[in-house]
Amino acid sequence: MIRTHVLICGGTGCTSSGSVKIADSLEEQIALNGLADEVKVVRTGCFGLCALGPVMIVYPEGTFYSRVKLEDVPEIVSEHLLKGRVVDRLVYRETEGNEKVEVPSLQETGFYKTQMRVALRNCGVINPEQIDEYIAMDGYSALGKVLTEMTPEQVIQVMKDSGLKGRGGAGFPTGMKWEFAAKNKVPQKYVVCNADEGDPGAFMDRSVLEGDPHAVLEAMAIAGYAIGANKGFIYVRAEYPIAVKRLEIAIGQAREYNLLGKDIFGTGFDFDIEVRLGAGAFVCGEETALLTSIEGNRGEPKNKPPFPANKGLFGQPTIINNVETLANIPQIILKGAEWFASMGTEDSKGTKVFALGGKIVNTGLVEIPMGTTLREIIFDIGGGIPNGKKFKAVQTGGPSGGCIPAEYLDLPIDYSNLKKIGAMMGSGGMIVMDETTCMVDVARFFLDFTVDESCGKCTPCRIGTRRLLEMLDKITSGNGTLEDLDKMEELCKYIQANAMCALGQTAPNPVLSTLKYFRDEYEAHVVEKRCPAGVCKNLMHYEIQPDKCRGCTLCARRCPANAITGKVKEPHVIDQSKCIKCGACMEGCKFSAIVKK
Amino acid sequence: MKTLAELAQIRDRMKNKVALREGTGEIRVVVGMATCGIAAGARPVLNAFVEQVAEQNLGDKVTVTQTGCIGMCRFEPIVEVFEGDKERVTYVKVKPEMVPEIIKEHLVGGKPVTKYTIGAVEG
Repeated sequence: MIRTHVLICGGTGCTSSGSVKIADSLEEQIALNGLADEVKVVRTGCFGLCALGPVMIVYPEGTFYSRVKLEDVPEIVSEHLLKGRVVDRLVYRETEGNEKVEVPSLQETGFYKTQMRVALRNCGVINPEQIDEYIAMDGYSALGKVLTEMTPEQVIQVMKDSGLKGRGGAGFPTGMKWEFAAKNKVPQKYVVCNADEGDPGAFMDRSVLEGDPHAVLEAMAIAGYAIGANKGFIYVRAEYPIAVKRLEIAIGQAREYNLLGKDIFGTGFDFDIEVRLGAGAFVCGEETALLTSIEGNRGEPKNKPPFPANKGLFGQPTIINNVETLANIPQIILKGAEWFASMGTEDSKGTKVFALGGKIVNTGLVEIPMGTTLREIIFDIGGGIPNGKKFKAVQTGGPSGGCIPAEYLDLPIDYSNLKKIGAMMGSGGMIVMDETTCMVDVARFFLDFTVDESCGKCTPCRIGTRRLLEMLDKITSGNGTLEDLDKMEELCKYIQANAMCALGQTAPNPVLSTLKYFRDEYEAHVVEKRCPAGVCKNLMHYEIQPDKCRGCTLCARRCPANAITGKVKEPHVIDQSKCIKCGACMEGCKFSAIVKK
Repeated sequence: MKTLAELAQIRDRMKNKVALREGTGEIRVVVGMATCGIAAGARPVLNAFVEQVAEQNLGDKVTVTQTGCIGMCRFEPIVEVFEGDKERVTYVKVKPEMVPEIIKEHLVGGKPVTKYTIGAVEG
């Protein structure tokens, strides 16, 4: 009889910080101590607190251990699991002011307290490789309900009433998409799950696939029933090996239980799912390019219309839903459209998962009701900016999104509000920037990404984004003119209006939003030839202040380019022609004698 | 699987296990499991509680957990029962044979088995 369960995160974040070895070692030590019949190790999906990984929870006490190392395992087993003495030094504590305070349970930490978990509800709770555990959390009951109690029209009506919009970026109402496909009366239709998550910094879809794969399978079967399709494809990046493995295990188990396959629940409804791997092209997250790739062709977008709901995969009506969108669906069926619509704002219902990254204390995944303000997400849940730095901007929506300045921190987040200020929801990546970030450099970074990922099919995107990048390069290297800023704005608007797919249409957003809210930084680069944040290497240099330098020679020894010279106990000098501006001298100086100018 | 009933069967069977894992019960049975407790035979007592609570489907009401040494090693194995605002009840020198009685009378019936509590033994 199992008395204690140790839940250890097996998501990608914690796996890369060693959770697999720790789980193996836990099992080994548990067996050595003769506890194999009493204590069970459960490998779950992502808990969300990736910054603290590897993380584990010991139930029933609910003790939350963070940053566990392999060396800690024998102590955890012999002290906690055998003798019931919690290993105090590994228990997660929150910082309140300057003090570390103990938190009674994981749910009461600042990070989890205001979260509302719908799409992530099973992540970090169940073992994703055990279909029985998903069933214990009411899994597949929603599929049973639609097949035995509802007509396809009723299912679509529930989806429409719930107000669920696509979580992949564009925010198209899911119920309407399903209705379009359902209206096409043809024998063959398809349901496709878009798991080609490509925005830098976004990993909510991966976490759902890794932590709760059955929720996606169940939702796809429900969608199949609603539109009259019996075949589904999951298009997932090959760079997500854990997600792919768990999906395949889940599909196998669902087939074994006949929750996928022929005659599900004896109702005569057939549905099966295949996994297709993407090769990592960003454009394949665009729905028409994704379908082209499943068909076995080079991933390039097509003109719309025809929309996939009318003419999609292999020319047949197809609906494409994002992973997070799908993960909401079984809950909506079970709890009702009103329940879902009661969360969020007038324009956007339900919750949204955000991936917090960049200059923020609690990097990780959070799920909050729509309408939460940026301030609540970044400062209350995310724990604010580390090292006492000042908040400057937050970038949402990845390469398609925009930078939001501090003045909009109290804006309730939903699809239309973000669009109004020139950003977008996108998939929900949220990169926080502090005062040491150069906004021109940020715009350059994203443009660099889209130039790389542009498929080249249409001219505005292929050539337009490259010209934009060249202008940004010119500005960050100190050769820009004020005229360039106006030209850039004009080119951005041209690309937005003329590119063929969403990749090109949204690629100028990072440039436009930084130009709008941080024009002073662009002007400093152009007019004063100065990078205010001290990031652009051509526009800054390091100097040793002679009155502070004690001649300790440390900087000269640290310099990888031998650019610093001077006699012992006399002020040193940097040879600017040799300096590679790596900053190693400044980091090492014990007398704060080196400054960035 | 061909019917909803079969799905419900798996769900109910697994629900107990997952509820037990989370420990949502209002009654907490805490078994002292320090070296002193283990030496005095606390492990079989802990296992008896875990097994019988599960067998009787008390998982959503009762959470069985363990703690370290509370400093009265001569009374080990010690089992303490916490329930809401009520005063905690401390059972001492507990043996697996006593467990069914404690579950039946106290955890289910609401009446502490005073003959096993610390007051009775010390007095």
